Amino acid sequence: MKPAPYDYYDPTTVQEAIGLLNEFGDEAKLLAGGQSLVPMLNFRLARPSQLVDINNVTELDYVRRDDGVLVIGALTRHRSLEQSELADGAWALLPEALHNVGHVHIRNRGTVGGSLAHADPAAELPAAVSALGGRMVLRGKDGEREVTADTFFEGFFTTALAPNEILTEIRIPAWPARSGSAFLEVSRRHGDFAQVAVAAAIALGDDGRVIQGGLAVAGVGGEPVRASAVIDGLVGEQPTSQLIGELTEEFVAELTPPSDLHGSADYRRQLARHLVPRALDESVRRALA
Amino acid sequence: MSRKVDETAVVAGADSTTERSITVTVNGERFERTVSVRKSLVDFVREDLRLTGSHVGCEHGVCGACTVLVDDEPVRACLMLAVQANGKVLMTVEGIAGEDDELHPVQQAFWENHGLQCGFCTPGILLTTYDFLQEKKNPTSGEIREALSGNVCRCTGYQNIVRSVQAADQEWER
Repeated sequence: MKPAPYDYYDPTTVQEAIGLLNEFGDEAKLLAGGQSLVPMLNFRLARPSQLVDINNVTELDYVRRDDGVLVIGALTRHRSLEQSELADGAWALLPEALHNVGHVHIRNRGTVGGSLAHADPAAELPAAVSALGGRMVLRGKDGEREVTADTFFEGFFTTALAPNEILTEIRIPAWPARSGSAFLEVSRRHGDFAQVAVAAAIALGDDGRVIQGGLAVAGVGGEPVRASAVIDGLVGEQPTSQLIGELTEEFVAELTPPSDLHGSADYRRQLARHLVPRALDESVRRALA
Repeated sequence: MSRKVDETAVVAGADSTTERSITVTVNGERFERTVSVRKSLVDFVREDLRLTGSHVGCEHGVCGACTVLVDDEPVRACLMLAVQANGKVLMTVEGIAGEDDELHPVQQAFWENHGLQCGFCTPGILLTTYDFLQEKKNPTSGEIREALSGNVCRCTGYQNIVRSVQAADQEWER
């Protein structure tokens, strides 16, 4: 047997799952798609006393448009969101990012909520959700709270989720009509975690000036790094290559990426320097299309 | 949902937090077994059902040798627990060929085009290909390589694998 011993529970409702988490505290671990947790169990890097498998909590598996907001149940498989017809306009960033997540086998099982709650700093989905201004709904025994990506992602594999809370839903706000987005990634092989990935979304006004934007970079910090200064510098302006270039230089100068066997800090900074302008230019191009 | 019970009271077929009885349909045949909740799906298929065509490679979701179809979708059987397959319909490499033992067109194409050398990765590649070609006709070699990017082969260099998939695409009437 690969994993260390655990007691297994498979609740069928969110309420039941929360009850179990309350009972067990931080000894328990939630199992969703298992594409990150099961390898950790197999290596015995994770040794939870209780495993709470939420794959039968089917009430968390949905993608719908609700009052202009894209609402995604946490148990939605990557593959479902990747193929969802609802994810158009700026929201098309989500399928584009998901296309880079592992392989089809992984995306058939991996869940949207699982990726976000796992919070790998090199993962694609946290960056995409962050760039789009997505909000996470966390439910515990005392009710629900909704948090921004900035609040949710606290650092390296760390989120605002309390041990007895479940990420139940992701809400992606509506974007203006003239919006475009782009996801660009450099990795050693297709399907690997990003060395650096850039998620961008831009909305343009009738005069071609930027009215709204989002930009988040994976692989350069403990969590998706939001380039708020770049967006602030673009809003109200024509998104010229020169302006984008200048803002990117300022952003990159502030970055302190990690150095590891997948790439040095300098290399990652260099990747960001090239990918950020390309992702912004492509977002603008798609907004105009 | 089952709650914690005294493990000494566990008998075959009874559910506890450490053992479960599950029912799965594999290659058209229905099986009922009691399994440890820690057992991976691929170990279950190999050890409990004696279907040893599914191979165990990396056991952490990287190599794709353990690929099986669960409810018609390819998944890593090393990253799924056997208990999670309860009520599901599975297909393993043993289920690709017809009843009469004739090779499936996908298998025939790999045979004819030398799409394998040691054969360890082949079951996973066959199932990935089987699923891919059901959805896709006339794929480009780029599309084939992307579809197979989750299946690692250490012998072939992939040239003949791509060639095999192209041949299977031509030969398989679907």
